[in-house]
Amino acid sequence: MAAALEQSALVTSAKPTRRRLSLARFAPYLQATPLALILGAFLLLPILMIAVVSFWDYDFAAMYPDFLTTNYSDTLGSWVTWKTYLNTLKYAAIVWALTLLIGFWVAYFLAFHIRTTAMQMVLFLICTVPFLTSNIIRMISWIPVLGRNGLVNSTLVQIGLIPKPIEWLLYSEFAVVLAMVHLYTLFMVTPIFNTLMRIDKSLIEAARDAGASGWQVLWNVVIPLAKPGMAIGTIFVVTLVMADFSTVQVMSGGQSASVALMMKNQMSLLQYPAAAANAVVLLVLVLLMVAGILRIVDIRKEL
Amino acid sequence: MTNTTDKKIGISRRSLLKTGAAAVGLAAGSGAITGFPTIWAQNPITLRQFGTGVSNLNAIADKCKADLGITLEMTATDSDAAAQRAVTQPDSYDIADIEYWIAKKVYPSGVMQPMDVKKLKYYDKIVPLFITGKLTPDSVIAQGTAPHTVGFVEAQDAKTFAKEPTQWMTMVPTIYNADTLGIRPDLVGRDITTWADIMDPAFKGKAAILNIPSIGIMDAAMIMEAMGNIKYADKGNMTKEEIDKTIDFLIKAKQDGQFRAFWKSFDESVNLMASGEVVIQSMWSPAVAAVRSKGIACKYQPLKEGYRSWGGGLGLAAHLKGAELDAAYEYINWYLSGWVGAYLNRQGYYSAAMDTAKQFMSEDEWGYWVDGKPAKGDIMAPDGKVMEKAGAVRDGGSFVERMGKVACWNSVMDEDRYMVRRWNEFIAA
Repeated sequence: MAAALEQSALVTSAKPTRRRLSLARFAPYLQATPLALILGAFLLLPILMIAVVSFWDYDFAAMYPDFLTTNYSDTLGSWVTWKTYLNTLKYAAIVWALTLLIGFWVAYFLAFHIRTTAMQMVLFLICTVPFLTSNIIRMISWIPVLGRNGLVNSTLVQIGLIPKPIEWLLYSEFAVVLAMVHLYTLFMVTPIFNTLMRIDKSLIEAARDAGASGWQVLWNVVIPLAKPGMAIGTIFVVTLVMADFSTVQVMSGGQSASVALMMKNQMSLLQYPAAAANAVVLLVLVLLMVAGILRIVDIRKEL
Repeated sequence: MTNTTDKKIGISRRSLLKTGAAAVGLAAGSGAITGFPTIWAQNPITLRQFGTGVSNLNAIADKCKADLGITLEMTATDSDAAAQRAVTQPDSYDIADIEYWIAKKVYPSGVMQPMDVKKLKYYDKIVPLFITGKLTPDSVIAQGTAPHTVGFVEAQDAKTFAKEPTQWMTMVPTIYNADTLGIRPDLVGRDITTWADIMDPAFKGKAAILNIPSIGIMDAAMIMEAMGNIKYADKGNMTKEEIDKTIDFLIKAKQDGQFRAFWKSFDESVNLMASGEVVIQSMWSPAVAAVRSKGIACKYQPLKEGYRSWGGGLGLAAHLKGAELDAAYEYINWYLSGWVGAYLNRQGYYSAAMDTAKQFMSEDEWGYWVDGKPAKGDIMAPDGKVMEKAGAVRDGGSFVERMGKVACWNSVMDEDRYMVRRWNEFIAA
């Protein structure tokens, strides 16, 4: 439309049309304005404020505008920070690997083994049923299952498999990873299912006609084409795990640290600038990770 | 008078509070409570009170409205936010309901004004713990931020605390208690007598402490001293070396697997205990009551080293003057006049003026909660539920036995920031 208008503007360069032309030139900007305003006011501005506050000074009562790097040197110079980041990255890696494995197979089953679209949708909706309750409830419901006198332990003791309850089921790293995998697998299933559904079935037929085995089809056709979905799922899962604090707090019984939990501790002690510095460090790290993922897989090209 | 409402089991809490308030309001109107000269109903006054939530109870606001005609607007925050708000937004409140250790931080900034004890009708009824620091003439003054050390200033405009009681009181105490360890008597399998017992290898993986640095460090200090590892000059104000020693000890205990969990909120502590994940842990008295109300044995175990105690009070904002200041005094005098005290005592806390509260409690209630005597009948919670069956005796015994054995008060340390940093290392370790 803009091109057509430009053409007409070239033909007749009368005044009223020029006004229409300038309006037309602004149209895309006008169209982009609402989203730009919303993102600017509710995303960019807060992030900028966090970045600014991270250089401020503070005591228990107030924050003082300043330009100090002590918040960063305190954060980066402490072994607690490094250990906590390593711990969080470890959770992210384990949870990512497990959700990818489980998520891919669930999506693969839904996409290739269920014949009718209706059935696919029904099963997909069943996957989402647990998500009708809140995150916290799904997490907390693990506690009576895994506890010392919980379902698993009492059953195992009763049928005589173990002499006394297993302690590491709850309030341990195992519990944290289990809860996270449970909470976040769907974020992997959905995008992978979406890309698998877009794969042209004739490609698979062609591969089979060319003599590829089932394994080869999977490895050389399906997985490369599912990469964008995996990348999107990875971004979801990694950012969710990196920013998680309630799961780590509840499932480890407060015994394990995560970056967000460290921030929350600082905020509850009103050390906002220190928490802001931490938030900036985490933001940079997560953005680097997302950039890395996007470098490996071009989401837009392959969608 | 209020007992009649407690017997009405099966009504919702809200309607119960309403009828209770109305009943007492009627009694007040008929002359049962006297001595409140001004009725603010003709000239409506609102007092904005904010605080840490323990004593920010709707029942108190309702009753205050009924008795005095003063509307109380209450806001509850956690203690750190309360400290910040008290200093940074002094015009946003009229009455600050804060703990004494917060007052130590806040008062010197000049946002509050002291109260003239001559205008406090029940000043001489206030428990001496808050005046001289001694419950009985021969008790020992506890460590930490003991309320009497921040309870007075030299003059009306002074910002430094007085060493002796003066005419100018910074805060009128509202609510206080003595904390200790909670245990599952059915699961610990032996007598628990000292704070050191929480580190017994027999309870490996079955102990918990709370993950609120300023309180957790005090519990840790009680444990350290009980084990004979260290002798603090003042548990409430440790030096850097003392903090290091304490945290290093905690880290080692954590890595040896002594702790099952660290709890942050009231309900977490209740669940840990009720599920049997933990058999000995730091606990607050309402949490013990909550575990017991599930029919599970739980004891608030008195220990030979004594209790860790906390207390809060009401302070006046500096901007109050004229009719509002008068109303604030009237509110505080009413607070000390007995009804509120009885209400708080009945929840297992203690009130500032025990003598006035006694008139509002039945003999049996007073005997159980304050005198440490076996209950003659069932003891009811303010919401009408049975809290304790007839024959029960309060853990730790009487008021004098419990509050007379306070070893330290919740406090704020000079090395606060260092302590919090080391505490975070303990949690991350």
